[in-house]
Amino acid sequence: MTTTAAPAEPGDTSANPTEYQPLARRASALHDFVTTASRSIRGIFREPEFFIPAFIVPVFFFAVNVGALQDFAQQSGAVDDFKAFQLPVAIIFAVTGISRASALVTDIQSGYFDRLLLTPIRRPMLLLGLMAADIVSIIMLTIPVLVLGLVLGVSFTTGILGMVVFIAYGALWGLAFAGFPYAIALKTGNPAAVNSSFILFFPFAFLTTSFLPKEALTGWLSTVATYNPVTYVLDGLRSLITEGWEWATLAEGIAFTLALMVFSFGLASLAMRGRIRRG
Amino acid sequence: MSAAIEARALRRTFGDFEAVAGIDLDVEYGEIYGFLGPNGAGKSTTVKMLCTLLGISSGSASVAGFDVASQPSDIRLRIGVALQDSSIDGKQTGREMLNLQGRLYGLGKADITSRMDDVIGLVDIGDAIDNRVDSYSGGMKRRLDLAMSLIHRPQVLFLDEPTTGLDPASRSSVWTEVRRLNREYGMTIFLTTQYLEEADELAGRVGIIANGLIEAEGAPGALKREIGTDLIQAEVDGDVEAAAEALRAIDGIDEVQTHNNELALVTADGAAVIAQVAVALDGCGVPVRSLTLRTPTLDDVYLHVTGTHFGGDDTFADESADENDLETTS
Repeated sequence: MTTTAAPAEPGDTSANPTEYQPLARRASALHDFVTTASRSIRGIFREPEFFIPAFIVPVFFFAVNVGALQDFAQQSGAVDDFKAFQLPVAIIFAVTGISRASALVTDIQSGYFDRLLLTPIRRPMLLLGLMAADIVSIIMLTIPVLVLGLVLGVSFTTGILGMVVFIAYGALWGLAFAGFPYAIALKTGNPAAVNSSFILFFPFAFLTTSFLPKEALTGWLSTVATYNPVTYVLDGLRSLITEGWEWATLAEGIAFTLALMVFSFGLASLAMRGRIRRG
Repeated sequence: MSAAIEARALRRTFGDFEAVAGIDLDVEYGEIYGFLGPNGAGKSTTVKMLCTLLGISSGSASVAGFDVASQPSDIRLRIGVALQDSSIDGKQTGREMLNLQGRLYGLGKADITSRMDDVIGLVDIGDAIDNRVDSYSGGMKRRLDLAMSLIHRPQVLFLDEPTTGLDPASRSSVWTEVRRLNREYGMTIFLTTQYLEEADELAGRVGIIANGLIEAEGAPGALKREIGTDLIQAEVDGDVEAAAEALRAIDGIDEVQTHNNELALVTADGAAVIAQVAVALDGCGVPVRSLTLRTPTLDDVYLHVTGTHFGGDDTFADESADENDLETTS
């Protein structure tokens, strides 16, 4: 009778090398996502300083725009309720450019990103985990801005469900824009370059119907606003407040947002591939 | 059975710069292999290629029996890596980093708990394991980094300059752990270092890399024996070349090298010739500031094969070096 040795336990490095069974294994995509997302979300709450300017900017613009333009806009007949008209702008200002790209740059500079690449985790999950944290950040910024609007008298014709959609709509836009700072972070690994990505915010946020409805815009600004996806996102958000469930308007904004998301995260994916290839 | 690490004509370029110029490696399972070279020699680039972090320009390499170019996922399951800089997220605690690392390697809760108990002992930082890594000292970060690289019990461990920047006590503790991992678990360890003492202390075999090429390879003791049993070093004032000429005339001196105002003499029996060296130096009228007899070090090996002091730029004028003295692999 012959006896055979028991198979090596996973991770037993003292076994015959040919019998070594790794303790590590390729986990499910969901496991990978939860792992990276939980770390990124934990990181948000350890950087409270991240939220202060992100909250002040939209509140400041909301207060200034309403204070300076409300009477003019309403008396001219361009807008019926300027506060309701401005609340979506405050949301766009709050969420555009919000991302964990600075944390990604820190990972790249510290070498932790390399450590992540050395693990069997799926590469796309490194970005998706960050995006999960972005959604949490955006919602945390959107809710106080929305509450401020409600306190100041803005009411939603679509009710509470409309407010939920309003927040989700803003989050989708914020996420779509986040692909740009990620692309810059992965391409350059430079915090200054990532910070400068904020400049992209200006054409998107100002060359649109931020202050007046599209009918009141003229010349080149009207043309640019027509091609600016923010115009359609603002239309969608405003419709939830003042018009009710206008599905075509909502769908148009979502379509533009998704198109931008494909483009920005396409750039980010290319930048990640390049970084992995360069090492 | 293939070796734990194999490389054939492995090469990596960055534009016109050839960081690794075609190296061959054979590291057996259970071996501690020291990869020795100064900054910029190509050590880290080699490690990054072997770890699948960096693509290869040409040649081939395998780790744990898997090809780095075509089977990187299989390799990642079997290797642990502690890179040159402690690669840690400062915003997390030590315990969170270890737990996260376990999850990144697909370990279940039970395995993570068990492995964390094992490796937390290695970190040896007490309650600070629950503090944020930002608050750790350099030594604590390096130990945590090492512990993270071990959480999944890798078959092959790459340590890229694991003790650079550490104080002597921390360095000693890392050395102890490296030895233990190899002795108790038979773990194959590929260690890059710029410290000669570290390679001498830990490695069963050493490869000396300079300018992207392995210039010499072998057991530290054998490498040192190859360049002579003893070394006599003399520091002199005055005409060094004249002194060197006088010393070459002595029977039993195999080689004389000069470097600034220093002379290095290779000999099989230092005790037998040192008196003659002193007399010869006195005879040629060169004042002697010091005269030392010692056995060769890896620095002497490095000097012999590259013509420069380890970590130094000054070139030694090698008057009689026989390039075939060592097992030269380039």
